[in-house]
Amino acid sequence: MKKEVKPLLSLVILAAAVGMCIFGAVNGEMREVFMKAARICMECIGLG
Amino acid sequence: MAKRFRKIVQAGWGILTNAYVRGFLPGGPAIYEGVLKHFCVPGMNCYSCPGAVFACPIGALQAAFSGKHRKFPFYVLGYLTAVGVLAGRFICGWLCLFGLIQELLYKIPTPKIHLPKTPDRPLRKLKYLVLLVLVVGLPLFYRNRLGVGDPFFCKYLCPVGTLEGGIPLVLLNEALRPSLSWLFGWKMAVLVLCIAASIFIYRPFCKYICPLGAFYSLFQRISIVRMRVDQAACIGCGTCEKVCPMSVSPVKNPNSAECIRCTECVKACPAHALSFGIGGEGLKLKNNKGIQGK
Ligand code: SF4
Ligand code: SF4
Repeated sequence: MKKEVKPLLSLVILAAAVGMCIFGAVNGEMREVFMKAARICMECIGLG
Repeated sequence: MAKRFRKIVQAGWGILTNAYVRGFLPGGPAIYEGVLKHFCVPGMNCYSCPGAVFACPIGALQAAFSGKHRKFPFYVLGYLTAVGVLAGRFICGWLCLFGLIQELLYKIPTPKIHLPKTPDRPLRKLKYLVLLVLVVGLPLFYRNRLGVGDPFFCKYLCPVGTLEGGIPLVLLNEALRPSLSWLFGWKMAVLVLCIAASIFIYRPFCKYICPLGAFYSLFQRISIVRMRVDQAACIGCGTCEKVCPMSVSPVKNPNSAECIRCTECVKACPAHALSFGIGGEGLKLKNNKGIQGK
């Protein structure tokens, strides 16, 4: 059976990920996600 | 009821995240344009689906990579990493509408195909290539004269966009029909192939193609929701491996990259040796009578 990974590592990565997410959000990246998601994406639906 | 619990969660989640009914009504807005589109769902869900209330994480990731300024997508990547560390491919088994659609297609009573280890194992690596090349590499480096990239996965491969976005939008909006080209034909062919394969093979898109499943699989060994094996209780009967629809051996590798946390093995184990834990030994989901529904 494969070796267990320490829960501490998971928590450190989780904290870093949440930090990245907040950093991106305050830098206006949520707006960029919105701009793409709130319009019909022609490529996604096979028209673009 | 307990046996269907996962299906109910999958369907409920699919309905909840595609609940913009006005998008399906003639004369209304084609898609939802409200504030919730600032956020991504954890599973694959095309944001151009007329009912979609949230953004698609793979679409959002490609949009960031293919943009003119090549910015590192802290927000989306941070979000996906957090979801991966918390739950890993539990998302695939419980919170992805396209996963549910494939499972329902597999229920159509026909002879089923279980691919032998070769070519199954090498084919499973394909999804990592899709993630690396179509979601990251090409959108980042292959640019047009204006310096803008293409969302290659969405544009040329994603059957989710065709099914959830393309088909309903083309049916509901006459104005879009003149724009149909070879690309729509190609994407329809990919979708038909995917649907046909799903009737015979369990979740083929998830096993071989999905870049989101590939991303979450990277976190399986460190995710906070994880499987535990009570080696002392295990009687080595092999039932868990036999019932696993993803061809995983949970006793040998309980946190395999391919496990979608469907809990079929936990329910089937006659020795009650498998369980899901949160964090350390904390909360446990064992195959007690409640879960087996007996
Ligand atoms: S592999 Fe992809 S399509 Fe399949 S369940 Fe996971 S996110 Fe959904
Ligand atoms: S049966 Fe068990 S090992 Fe197989 S995918 Fe489901 S939870 Fe994972």
